[in-house]
Amino acid sequence: MRVPLSWIREFAPVEAAPSAVADALNEIGLIVDAIEAPGRDIGGVVVARVLEVVDHPDADKLTLVDVDFGQGQSRVVCGARNLAPGDVVPYAPPGATLPGGLKLERRKIRGQESDGMLCSAAELGLGDDHTGILHLGPSAPLGGDVREVLGLDDVVFELDITPNRPDAMSVVGVARDLAAKLAVPFTVPVPATPAGDGTSAPAEVEVVDAVRCPRYVAMTGSVAVGESPTWLANRLTLAGLRPISNVVDVTNYVLLERGQPLHAFDQGLLGGGGIRVRVAEDGERITTLDGVERELTREDLLICDAADAPQAIAGVMGGATSEVHSATARVLLESAYFAPEGILRTSKRLGLRTESSARFERGVDPNGVLTAADRAWELLAETAGGTADGPGVDAYPEPIGPARITLRTDRVNHLLGTTLTRDEIATHLRAIELDTGVVGNDLDVAVPTFRPDLEREVDLVEEVARLHGYNRFPRSLPRPTTQVGALTPQQVARRRVCDALVGRGLSEAMTLSLVSPSDLSKAGLPAVGIEVENPLRVEESLLRTALLPGLLRSVAFNASHGLPSVSLFEVGHVFLAPTGDDLLPDEREHLAAALSGAAGAEVHGEERPVDTHDVVGVLEAIAAALDLEAFTLQPATRPGLHPARCAAVYVEDREVGAVGEVDPEVVARIELPLPVVAFELDLGWCLTATKRVRRFAEPSRYPASTIDLAFSVPADVPARAVRGTLMAAADPLAEAVELFDVFRSDALGAGQVSLAFRLRFRAPDRTLTDSEVGEIRQACIAAVERTHGATLRG
Amino acid sequence: MTASDLIARLDAERGAADEAIRAARSAAEVEELDRRFLGKASVAASVKEQIKGLDTADRPGVGKALNEFRTAVEALLQGERERRAGGDGDRLGSERIDVTLPGRGPTRGHLHLVTQVQRELEDLFVGFGYRVAEGPEVETDWNNFGALNIPEAHPARSMWDTLYVRLGEPEQVLLRTHTSPMQIRVMQAQEPPVYIVMPGRCYRKETLDARHSPMFHQIEGLVVDRGITFGDLAGTIEAFTEAYFGAGHHARLRPSYFPFTEPSAEFEVTCIFCEGSGCGTCSQSGWIELGGCGMVDPNVFTAVGYDPEEWSGFAFGFGLERMAMIRFGIDHIKTFYENDVRFLSQF
Repeated sequence: MRVPLSWIREFAPVEAAPSAVADALNEIGLIVDAIEAPGRDIGGVVVARVLEVVDHPDADKLTLVDVDFGQGQSRVVCGARNLAPGDVVPYAPPGATLPGGLKLERRKIRGQESDGMLCSAAELGLGDDHTGILHLGPSAPLGGDVREVLGLDDVVFELDITPNRPDAMSVVGVARDLAAKLAVPFTVPVPATPAGDGTSAPAEVEVVDAVRCPRYVAMTGSVAVGESPTWLANRLTLAGLRPISNVVDVTNYVLLERGQPLHAFDQGLLGGGGIRVRVAEDGERITTLDGVERELTREDLLICDAADAPQAIAGVMGGATSEVHSATARVLLESAYFAPEGILRTSKRLGLRTESSARFERGVDPNGVLTAADRAWELLAETAGGTADGPGVDAYPEPIGPARITLRTDRVNHLLGTTLTRDEIATHLRAIELDTGVVGNDLDVAVPTFRPDLEREVDLVEEVARLHGYNRFPRSLPRPTTQVGALTPQQVARRRVCDALVGRGLSEAMTLSLVSPSDLSKAGLPAVGIEVENPLRVEESLLRTALLPGLLRSVAFNASHGLPSVSLFEVGHVFLAPTGDDLLPDEREHLAAALSGAAGAEVHGEERPVDTHDVVGVLEAIAAALDLEAFTLQPATRPGLHPARCAAVYVEDREVGAVGEVDPEVVARIELPLPVVAFELDLGWCLTATKRVRRFAEPSRYPASTIDLAFSVPADVPARAVRGTLMAAADPLAEAVELFDVFRSDALGAGQVSLAFRLRFRAPDRTLTDSEVGEIRQACIAAVERTHGATLRG
Repeated sequence: MTASDLIARLDAERGAADEAIRAARSAAEVEELDRRFLGKASVAASVKEQIKGLDTADRPGVGKALNEFRTAVEALLQGERERRAGGDGDRLGSERIDVTLPGRGPTRGHLHLVTQVQRELEDLFVGFGYRVAEGPEVETDWNNFGALNIPEAHPARSMWDTLYVRLGEPEQVLLRTHTSPMQIRVMQAQEPPVYIVMPGRCYRKETLDARHSPMFHQIEGLVVDRGITFGDLAGTIEAFTEAYFGAGHHARLRPSYFPFTEPSAEFEVTCIFCEGSGCGTCSQSGWIELGGCGMVDPNVFTAVGYDPEEWSGFAFGFGLERMAMIRFGIDHIKTFYENDVRFLSQF
């Protein structure tokens, strides 16, 4: 909402500087997005009259225009075609300045000297109309400063009005609040209701649906359609509306000033010259003012003529057939109160939001309807030779009165932390025209119908707070007395996991939870997931079922920027189909990681491609960070991972994810750098998994014995299993069993792999003898050979 | 011992010192030898003690020998120290490495900036005594709107561009547009008092570009207790502002509208760039708008079964990306989700 300061001053004598006015508006919640002083950058632009227009000799689209600007005459080259002798226009002579810092100079255009320029509205910073030269009223004084003529010496506040304040979508409403805040008088002149001469019968008005249309005022009269006077056109232009004709401009003026949308029908084009308000039939059609034919439903309220032909979508937009035009002689002016919910539904379904619907859907003042019509005829009389036939028809079968709310003084102070007295509270409320009566220590408040947002006691508490000043309350810091602040064990564990990953050199990524089917299929996953009902584009049409597709895209993004070696992880939600009768998805917290390119590339020394063991190492770091009791890998085949280089991850016999090398086909599809290794886990489950029991074990003070054993083992035997066998065979003397060498060779034979372990034995209470060590060694060898079909290598 | 015995002992010791110092393998060993040959328990110390028992005539001779011993051993020690410190090339030259090369082992990674900001804020409110609550990102219309006093046909619905998902009845299930449904979940799950913050991902119907994102993160606080006032809300925002941005940073509130709070406010904090004097970032106002807040609307309490006459409370919330963008001068929200390591590694 754009509000010129000069307009506010018609209702409240605000003398403060624009910045102080803006501060006051902000403090009462009418947020100032911008303060515009449109005339600030304009200098030396004057009013001129067009004397003659001739074609440019060397350019089809240009004309030469002679103008008289009071102190002399000039000739300018002009590109616009909307000029004729006698027009009064803004003229910027050489030396004049325009918004944007342009300073005019005399120059030649296609060989013809141009002595300055004539200006469009846009060139003067008034809206974005470039289509022609701005026409000033014929009464504008030649040579006068256009800033004064156009009201550009005004200041305009661009306000962001919250949806609960329909009253503040008007100059009067803004002025009321501002006057209360600045403690200046506030008066709105009351227009007289037209008396008429009693010769014309009032128009016929039938309101079929009085629930949807509680009040309908129709006031007819005669008008002379023409251009608006300059002051009216300027006001609308400053407020962001484009002047159209005096009659339409008056309705818009009242809309801006009072917040009451009006509609002027050409009465001669209304069947029967009257009005019928009813809901539409399903499939009924109407062509609106914007030339669009729209199909309606029984949800929509229609303004029809007395012959029942649709003439307007109530509260949203007028129809094309009865639109006011240049030859209109009689108008029927509609001022009405429509039920807000109905207007909201219609406007939303049609995708048609107008200045009118925006106000009706929030609730206009049902008791301001007649005053607005009176005000319009007052203005039509002044600007369009208008004469109303009489007071018109006012269909208002069940008048809506002010709401009455009890406001407890204690409640105000209890919620605000203040010690306001009943009378201080009453003073605040009366400043915005809320009547207050006294009931003991409390107030009986009458809420005028222009404030439909004030329905409950607490709404009045907000008004008191707003007018008292939000920043004047004593501030205090409440603290709980029945809990201590802390993260949950799961929240602590999650942080520990992320910190461990960061310590291992991985950086945290965040990818969109919304993916496309092809994101999933490219990553080797089924292209199905929970669908977004109303996505803006297919790229954001599914909820992700896994983190890896997004993470791989991030790897690809970095590779395409010359960074093929990255280590990334992400923690986030994935969304699986609801389980059982659940309405909501099976939403889980996952953790995924991807390593690409070279390992060790960041330091001097050996650089090699990352491999699966690197990412398994990361996984082990997570298991260690979580202190997991039971964490194992089992060779497996999982979608998106290399079938021969993949394992399922188990925690306590539950499969919680998979790890491995990303399937080369996926790598090729996503154009990833080679190679990429990755895992994805159900982190939420891991966070709640059983932790290892921690008990102190006294380290032995006796020396250790270390032996190395190398086995030739069938290649499909997991080394982890062999290690487990060794640990068991040497229990309880095995202090450590480490795999230190793995290789395959022709000498071993196909399908065999050499696994070399270093075993450290130690007893808690004695030094192990050579023969004891020999026995354990034999037990270990026998166990591995028996269990895994292995042979000891010489 | 006689004077000549003492001199002989010093001579012998000098030979031993010469041999030992030349054979020293480390700087520590050199210092050890210093103590052995010149320290309190050394032969030299013993000789010095015994000089007192000699005839006056014999004393100068032994004294001189002792001085010569000390001078010689000190010179040897010093020479060895200097050699170790740098001089003498061949053997060390081949062993020398550039110790200033970058250290080995994985270079530390980086938490995402949003996570860092989230943790800082969580920790700060934990310090105020709050707990941290988390919940689902796909929600019911009831939790996201209905229970928060935003009925279906309400103009305020247009404040949120909502993405719905194909589950249940049309427009029954949605991607939460704010973290506020967690207020409902928490209050339905426990009796007051409540002191929590709720961080998490939120969604809106926008396409990812420089200025818009279909996804962002919020953190929201909720306090419900007996006698909680608007002054408590303002004081909490002030305390958080000072704790997070540092001393000298303040908060101010101005009236706004949210269906789930009444009174409602937007809060602004002292501009972190100009410290309140006015600059381009804060449009010369000295303040930067950060988030929304207000006293919990009685209708919200009623929806979760709390008695609004017995309990009162406040809520506040703001966007983490926005916070980070302001604090670190990031222009495009898209930056947060591209995961360019050149961005991630800056924080």
